[in-house]
Amino acid sequence: MKSVIEKIGSSIVLAIERLGFAVRLFFDSFYWLFFGRKYKQKLRLAQVAEQVRVIGFDALPIVMALAFVVGVMLSIQLLYAFADFGAESQVLLAIAKSVTREFSPLIIGIIVAGRSGAALAAKIGSQVVSQEIDALRVMGVVPVRYLVLPPLLGLIISMPLLILIADFMAILGGAFFSIDKLDMSLMAYMNESFDVLAINDITQGLVKSVVFGIIIALVGATTGFNVTGGAEGVGKATTTAVVASIATIVVADMVFSYFLTQTL
Amino acid sequence: MSTDLITIKKLVTHYGERKILDGVDLNVKEGEIRVIMGGSGSGKSTLLWHIMGLYQATSGFISVLGHDMDKLKFHEKHELLRKIGVSFQNGALFSSMTVGENVAFPLTEFTDLDENTIRIISRMKLEVVNLGGFQKLMPSQLSGGMIKRAALARAIVMDPKLLFFDEPSAGLDPVVASEIDDLILKLRDAMGMTMVVVTHELDSAFKIADKITVLDQGKILLTGTVEEVKNSKIQRVQDLLERRARNDTVDPEEYLKRLTQENYTIS
Repeated sequence: MKSVIEKIGSSIVLAIERLGFAVRLFFDSFYWLFFGRKYKQKLRLAQVAEQVRVIGFDALPIVMALAFVVGVMLSIQLLYAFADFGAESQVLLAIAKSVTREFSPLIIGIIVAGRSGAALAAKIGSQVVSQEIDALRVMGVVPVRYLVLPPLLGLIISMPLLILIADFMAILGGAFFSIDKLDMSLMAYMNESFDVLAINDITQGLVKSVVFGIIIALVGATTGFNVTGGAEGVGKATTTAVVASIATIVVADMVFSYFLTQTL
Repeated sequence: MSTDLITIKKLVTHYGERKILDGVDLNVKEGEIRVIMGGSGSGKSTLLWHIMGLYQATSGFISVLGHDMDKLKFHEKHELLRKIGVSFQNGALFSSMTVGENVAFPLTEFTDLDENTIRIISRMKLEVVNLGGFQKLMPSQLSGGMIKRAALARAIVMDPKLLFFDEPSAGLDPVVASEIDDLILKLRDAMGMTMVVVTHELDSAFKIADKITVLDQGKILLTGTVEEVKNSKIQRVQDLLERRARNDTVDPEEYLKRLTQENYTIS
């Protein structure tokens, strides 16, 4: 009994410790972004551009394909559900709103967490194990500035761009399945969809995506820096990073959905 | 009259509850090659990390290149670190970069030199360590000795005044180890660097050292020239030189406690 309580207690302490670590990483990153130049710790733009390429551009095929499939899936479900009360014409509105507000940030968040969050944790973790972080420190390079800031900025830039593309692809996917049933042309469906969307719908998705990007970077980096136990530790950290960032994203999504729909 | 680049007074450090260094005093003069010798777990590497200011000491005074490490601000410490080269035991090369990029890394980070100049400087340093032409290889394609030499090239690329070398010959065959020793001597003579070399290899220590500091269980047993160390009457120093096992007497009570007590940690 005592050991169970002890375990619960120590895991809570550990969770709080990690949370504190992540928050500190966040503020440190921005400190170095703004003041790094002054202390010869400048951020190199090439590094950020490289991250945008790896996180954003390289993810395009999978993001576009899955967003399209999500659109098709939504239209199948909604056409079926709305048919009961003869409201099929509202499918277009429902798809457009749900995709931009909810589905594309969430789905893309999960994809990017799996791709880039895991990669970040593995990269930093293996550098911890092979003393590369220590090598950076003794050279006078601040590890946060060199290892965390570029992917953090890369994610903050890439996520909204991916969301815009995913929004378009998901609506296209919805159109693909429903134009037949709604007896509309593709052009008319797309135009109508963009008409019913308010600025708020788009921005809500974009705000969420930036938050998700920050979560992915911080969770990935935090688990990476705390790797212990060699190669096996790196593997564990990668798994933890994916699970923890997806869990955090889902919870954050709910919280943001609540607040963003309250005020708007 | 040469000045002291490193001054340490009464350094005491702990790792958790365990005392690692216990009242260490050390002075290293400019242009000197100081070897810190001792068995595994004697605290030699820890001492190195403390000199670089990366660990927090329990008490004591450390001054490096005339700066009191305790009083340095975060940024000043980083600035100081750029004047110090460090070569790690396992090299610690960045595995995602080529050898050339590894060596050029400090230059690209801290100087505004253009690409061509950086390339030339880093290739010159690779030539110094006899790795000319290897810049395109990845660290995983190098042998153990080559990794050490590449790490050395990276450590000296900014022309540091002070060079730390952690176990230069550990895990290398005698010929390669001896080559590394020659390289260390060459660097000191050509560039006037001051070096602190941590090693437990006797041959290597006797070959390169101006002075040897023998560390044992966190305490300094002796500091002296090669001759003085060889002729030392201190039992532990002789044990180390003759490669005799430590004959610590076992305290039966302590021994039983170690075996039986749950949550036992060494103190």
